[in-house]
Amino acid sequence: MANKDIDITVRTGTVHALCGENGAGKSTLMKILYGMQQPDEGTITVNGETVTFNNPADAIARGIGMVHQHFMLADNLTVLENVVLGAEKLYGIGAKARAKIKELSDAYGLNVRPDVLLEELGVADRQRVEILKVLYRGAKTLILDEPTAVLVPQEVEALFDNLRELKAEGLTVIFISHKLGEVLSVADEITVIRRGTTVGTVEPAGTTTKQLAELMVGSELPTPETEESTVTDVPLLKLDGLRLAQTDLDGVERIILDDISFTIHKGEVLGIAGVEGNGQSELVEAIMGIRALNAGAIALDGTDISHVPTRRRREAGVGYIPEDRHRHGLLLEAPLWENRILGHVTEKPNSRGQLLDIRGARSDTERIIEAYDVRTPGIDVTAASLSGGNQQKLIVGREMSHEPKLLIAAHPTRGVDVGAQAAIWDHIRDARREGLAVLLISADLDELIGLSDTLRVMYRGRLVADADPATITPEELGSAMTGAATGHLEHTEDSAEDHEDDAR
Amino acid sequence: MTATMTDTPPPAAPKADTERTRSGRPLGQILMIVAGALLLVAAVRVITGANQLTSDGQVSAALSLAVPIGLAGLAGLWSERSGVVNIGLEGMMILGTFGAGWIGWQSNPWLGLLCGIGFGVLGGLLHAVATVTFGVDHIVSGVAINLLALGTTQYLAKLFFTDGKAADAGGNPKQSPPVDSLPNFDIPGLSDALHSLENHHWFLISDLAGILGGLVTNLSVVTILAFALFIASWWLLWRTPFGLRLRSCGENPVAAESLGVNVYKYKYAAVAVSGGLAGLGGAFLALVTSHIYLENQTGGRGYIGLAAMIFGNWRPGGLAMGAGLFGYSDALQLRNGGQTVHALLLLLVVLLVAMAGWKMYKKAHWQGGISLFVGALVLLWYLVTDEVPSDFVGATPYVVTLLVLSLSAQRLRMPKADGMRYRKGQGK
Amino acid sequence: MNKLTQRIDKERLLLAIAAPLLAIVAALVVTTLVILATGKNPFDAFSDMVTYGTASDSQVYILNKATTYYLAGVAVAIGFRMNLFNIGVDGQYRIAAFFAAVLGGALTTPGWISIPLIILCAMGTGAVWAGIAGVLKVTRGVSEVISTIMLNAIATAIIAYLLQPGKLAELQAGGTVVSTKPLRSSSYFFQIDTGPAGELWGFIFIAVLVGIAYWFVLGRTRFGFDLRTVGQSESAAAASGVSVKKMIATSMLISGAIAGLIGMPTLLNDSHQFSNDFPTGIGFTGIAIALLGRNNPVGIALGALLWGFLERTTNHLEFQGYDKEILGVIQGVIVLCVVIAYEVVRRYGLKRQQQRVGAELAAQAAAPTEKQEVA
Repeated sequence: MANKDIDITVRTGTVHALCGENGAGKSTLMKILYGMQQPDEGTITVNGETVTFNNPADAIARGIGMVHQHFMLADNLTVLENVVLGAEKLYGIGAKARAKIKELSDAYGLNVRPDVLLEELGVADRQRVEILKVLYRGAKTLILDEPTAVLVPQEVEALFDNLRELKAEGLTVIFISHKLGEVLSVADEITVIRRGTTVGTVEPAGTTTKQLAELMVGSELPTPETEESTVTDVPLLKLDGLRLAQTDLDGVERIILDDISFTIHKGEVLGIAGVEGNGQSELVEAIMGIRALNAGAIALDGTDISHVPTRRRREAGVGYIPEDRHRHGLLLEAPLWENRILGHVTEKPNSRGQLLDIRGARSDTERIIEAYDVRTPGIDVTAASLSGGNQQKLIVGREMSHEPKLLIAAHPTRGVDVGAQAAIWDHIRDARREGLAVLLISADLDELIGLSDTLRVMYRGRLVADADPATITPEELGSAMTGAATGHLEHTEDSAEDHEDDAR
Repeated sequence: MTATMTDTPPPAAPKADTERTRSGRPLGQILMIVAGALLLVAAVRVITGANQLTSDGQVSAALSLAVPIGLAGLAGLWSERSGVVNIGLEGMMILGTFGAGWIGWQSNPWLGLLCGIGFGVLGGLLHAVATVTFGVDHIVSGVAINLLALGTTQYLAKLFFTDGKAADAGGNPKQSPPVDSLPNFDIPGLSDALHSLENHHWFLISDLAGILGGLVTNLSVVTILAFALFIASWWLLWRTPFGLRLRSCGENPVAAESLGVNVYKYKYAAVAVSGGLAGLGGAFLALVTSHIYLENQTGGRGYIGLAAMIFGNWRPGGLAMGAGLFGYSDALQLRNGGQTVHALLLLLVVLLVAMAGWKMYKKAHWQGGISLFVGALVLLWYLVTDEVPSDFVGATPYVVTLLVLSLSAQRLRMPKADGMRYRKGQGK
Repeated sequence: MNKLTQRIDKERLLLAIAAPLLAIVAALVVTTLVILATGKNPFDAFSDMVTYGTASDSQVYILNKATTYYLAGVAVAIGFRMNLFNIGVDGQYRIAAFFAAVLGGALTTPGWISIPLIILCAMGTGAVWAGIAGVLKVTRGVSEVISTIMLNAIATAIIAYLLQPGKLAELQAGGTVVSTKPLRSSSYFFQIDTGPAGELWGFIFIAVLVGIAYWFVLGRTRFGFDLRTVGQSESAAAASGVSVKKMIATSMLISGAIAGLIGMPTLLNDSHQFSNDFPTGIGFTGIAIALLGRNNPVGIALGALLWGFLERTTNHLEFQGYDKEILGVIQGVIVLCVVIAYEVVRRYGLKRQQQRVGAELAAQAAAPTEKQEVA
C-alpha cells in the first residue's frame, strides 16, 4: 500500500512543500498526479473541477508539469529536441520552437542554449532544461521531485530564486523534499506524509525542523554525529600523486584525476565532498582497481597495490559499498545468498579451494540477515524484491563480514529509508572504533560533516580544500565544492549564527 | 548487445567546456577520404592490370548487390533507432524472397514486389509482438524468427512449387518457377560516353568513368526506389516530429513516455517498417538479381546489412557507403572474381602498412607490429599466386565484413536505449 | 521462514515447466491448423508420429541423434549463460569435424591413442574458430552475433576448398561422394548392440559426462560463479574483481571446444569420415534446444530428445502423404512460443515473488517475534 487517505490542498500562486522520508509514498503520489499511475480510489480536483489523468498527456493538458528527480532527458538529442519532444504541435520543431525556448529562457533566467547536445550539460543545467520543458508546455503548476538532491547549497539558492520568480508570475509550485531546512526557507505551506498518509499541513513560520522531523518519522531524525576521536597515527591507505587523463574522440584531453594524494589512518573517516562528476567515482574505481591510472601509487597497510588486480585488493581487505548498488553491488535476479558471495567468491565462507561452499554461504547469509536487520522472508528471494534500505544493509553486512581494513563507502545512504540510514551510520561508527579506515564520499553534506574526522573537497579532479568537520557548515563547504574557495576552509562565526537552526 | 534497465542512474558528469553539436565529420574531410581512396584504387588497378576493378560492369553489379544489403541495413536502422535490435532481418528477407517469387510467377513482378514487402512486414510484426509486448530479449527473438521463417518458407515452397502448374513451369521444392523481369534502364548518352572513356584505361580518369558508368547503366527501377527510400528515411527520421519521437524511443523511452509519447506504437511502427524494408530487399534478390525464389538466396545478407548499419554509425549516409563497400565485395564472385580479388590483396597490403605506420606513430608498437606482419603475409600470398580460388572469392563479402567491423569500432554512437527491454510505466 | 522458501521453490518449479509446456501446446495447435489448411487430417498425422516414434528402433535412432543435439545445446548454452550469442556453433563444429577427420584418416596408431587425439583436435579447432570471434569482441568490440555468422560462411568456404580430390579429400563410391580418408576401424568409438533396434552410439556417455561437467562447473565452482555473474551484470562482475574481457574470451573458447565435439558422434560412431553430405545446420538446432531447455542441463537433454523425436517422426510422415517440411514449422513455432512463454512466466513469477515478500514482511511487522528483542 503506497498511498492511503491522502488529502492535500494547494493554493494557486504558492510554493507548497511535501515532506516525507524515503519510502513514505511521495513518489507514488506524484506519479498519480502526473498521470503515470492511476489511483485505486479518490479524486483529484484542479481549479474546482474533478479530473482523471490516464496518462501524462492529460496532466499536461491541465497545465500540470513534472520536473523529475531522475531527469527524463535523452543524451544524444539536443536541448531543442528534448524540449519539443511530445509537444511538436505547439511550436513545431524548427525556428519557431527555438524562438520560444529563447523567450522562456530569458524570461525566467534559465540560461538555456537550444542546440547543445544534452550530454554536454551538467546537472544544474539539465535541471533547468527540465523546468523549461514544463514551462514550454504552458504549465501553470509545477511539481518538482527532490530537486535539490544533486545541487550544492549555492545552486540550491539559485533554484529557489527561480522558483520565487515563477511564483511571482502567478504559477504554483509543488515541491517534494526530505531536506527540512530548505523546505522551511522556500515554502509557503508544508504537508507532511508518513507511511503513505498525510499527517498534517503546517506553515513554516510556526514550526521548526525538529517539529517537522517528528511529524515525518514520529521521532527526532537521527544525526550522524560522532563523539570521541578514534583516529590513530597508523597509516592504512596512502595515495600518492594519482593522475588520470582521458583523450576523447575529438582529441581533447580531459584531466579526471589531478595529483591526488592523501593518507587515511586506522580508525579515521576521511570524507570527500564534491559535486558529482568531479572525479570522485573515478577515484573510487582507481582505488578498487577497476580503472587504470596514468601515474601514482596506492599503498594499503604498507603494501603497494598500484598494479594489483581488483580481486586481490578485495581479498587484501578493501570493502566496497558502491554508489550505484544496482549496477555494481548486487545481482538483482539472483537470490540473496548468491549476492552474499558476490565480490568475495574466493574467500571463506563462500568457497573452499576452487569449489563453492554453498552451505557455508547460505548459513552465513542467514547470520548477516539477523545481525544487520535485513527485512526479508528468506535468503532465497531475489535481491530485487528487497527495498533499497534492506539491499544496502545486506551490502554493508557482506562487506563488514570479511573484516575489511579499508571501507570505501560511496553515497552509502542514498535512496535508503531513515531507519536503515541510522543503522548504516551505526555500523560505520562501530567499525571505526575497531580500527577500520573509511573513505566516505557523499552528496549529503550533513552525513559528511557528521561522520568524518577529516574533510576534503574535490573539484575538477583535484583536492582543493580541507576543513574541520567539527566547525564547518554546509554553506562553507558548498562554496569550495563549486570552486569558489580553496585551501584550508576557516569557519567564520557570522555564518554560523545565521544557520544554526536549520542545519540538521 | 542487450542492456538491462536499472534503477536510480547517477546524474551524468559534465563534459568539457567545448560544446558539441550534432554534425558528423566535416564535409571537407569526407571528400578528402573519398579522393584518397579513388587514387589508391586507380593505382592498384594500373599496377596489377586487373581492369575489372573499376569497370562499369563491376560497379553496376556491385550496385545491384549493394541494394539488398543496403535495404537490410536500412531496415536495421529503422528498428534500432527505435530501440529494438533486429537480428531477424535475415528471416524477414527470406520471407520477402518467397513472397516475391510466389506471387510474382503467378501474376506479375510488381505484385510480387508488393507481396515480398508484405511478407516482410508480417515477420516484422511478429518480432514486434515478441519484443515489445512480451519483452523477449531482442536477439533471442530475432534468432527464433530466423528459424521460423526458414522452416515456414521451406514448407510453403514444397507445398506450392512441387506439383501442377508450378512444376510444369519449372518449380521444385527449392525454387519457384521463373518470374518476368522488372524494367531496367540506362541514362541515355551518358552510359555510352562513359563506357568508351573507360576503355582507354587511363589512370584515374578511366576509373572515374567506370565507376560513374556503372552507376548509370542498367539500373533497375527497384534500385531507384531504394535510393528514394534512403532519402525518405533520412528526412522522416531527422526532419519530422514522427521521426523525433521514434528516435526518442531508442534514446530514452522512459523520458519519451513521460512526455506523452506512445512508445509501444512507435516501436511497432519502426519494426514493421523494418520488416517491410527487409522484405523489399529479399524481393529485390528474387526479382532483380535473379528471377526466381531460390532457397538460401539471401546468403547472410541480412547480417551483412546489420554490419553496414554499424559501419554507418546508424545513419543512412554512412550506411549507404557501407552497403556500397559490401555490395562491391559481394559482386566480385560474379565477374572473373579470382583476378580481381587477387588485385584487392595488394590494396589490403597497402592499407595494412598504412595502419602499421599510424599505430607506430601513436606509440602502439604491438598493434603496429602485428599489422605489419599480417601485411607481409598478405603480400607473400599476393606474390606467390596468380588468382584467388573461386571458393574463397565467394567468401569475400564475409571476410570484408569482418575486417571492416574490426577496424572501424571507434566513433560508434548507437542509440542509447538500443536493445533495452522496455515496459510501460517504468518512469520514476 | 523456511516454509515460505519451500513454497516459493515449488511454485518456481511449476512455473519453469509451464513455459515449455505452453510452447509445445501452441506448436501442436499451429501444426493442426496448418495441416488442416492443406486439407489433410492432423490427428492421423499425430497418431502416426506417436506409434512410429516410440518403436524401439526409433528410440535408438532418437537417442543417437539426441547425443549430437545435446552437445550442440550445451555449447550454445555456455554462451547464453554469459549473455553471449555464439551463433557460430554451426561453423565451429563443421570445421572442427573436418580437420579431426583429416587427422583421423592419417593416423595409424591404436584406438586408445587416436580417438583421444581426434577428439582433442576437434575441440581445439572449434575453440580456435570461436576464439577469433571472442578476441574480436574483446579487443575491437565487434558484436559476436555478426562475427560468428561471418565465420560460419568462411568456414564453409574453407571446407569447400579443401574437401576436393587432390587436396585433403578423395573421390569415393563410384565417383559420387567426395570425402576425407576414412578412419581405420581401430579408431571407431564403441557401440552398444541392442539387437534388432540398432546400434546405440557409445558417444552418448561422453555427452552425459559433458552435461554433468556443465552443471558442476557452472553451479559449483568459483569459475562458474564468476561466469554467471558476468552474464547477469558486467558492471557488478567488474566491481567484484572479475576480468570481464578474460571471461568473455574464455567462455567463447569453451563454447567452441564443446562445439567441436558435436561432429564426433557422427565421425566416430557413424560415417567415420567427413564427406560432402556431413550433417549441416546442427548449430541452429543447438540454439533452439538451448532456448527450449533454458540453458539447464536437464532441460537441454529433454529438448534434444524432443527434437530427435520430431525429426524421426516427421520423416516418416512423408511416406504417409504429409510434407516432412512441416518439421521446420513445428520447430520454429516451438522456439518462438517458448521464448515468449518464458518471458511471460518470468514476469509473472517476479511479480508473485514481490507480492509474497511484501505480504510476508507485513505479517512479520504486525506480529512481534524474538528478533526484535535482540537489540
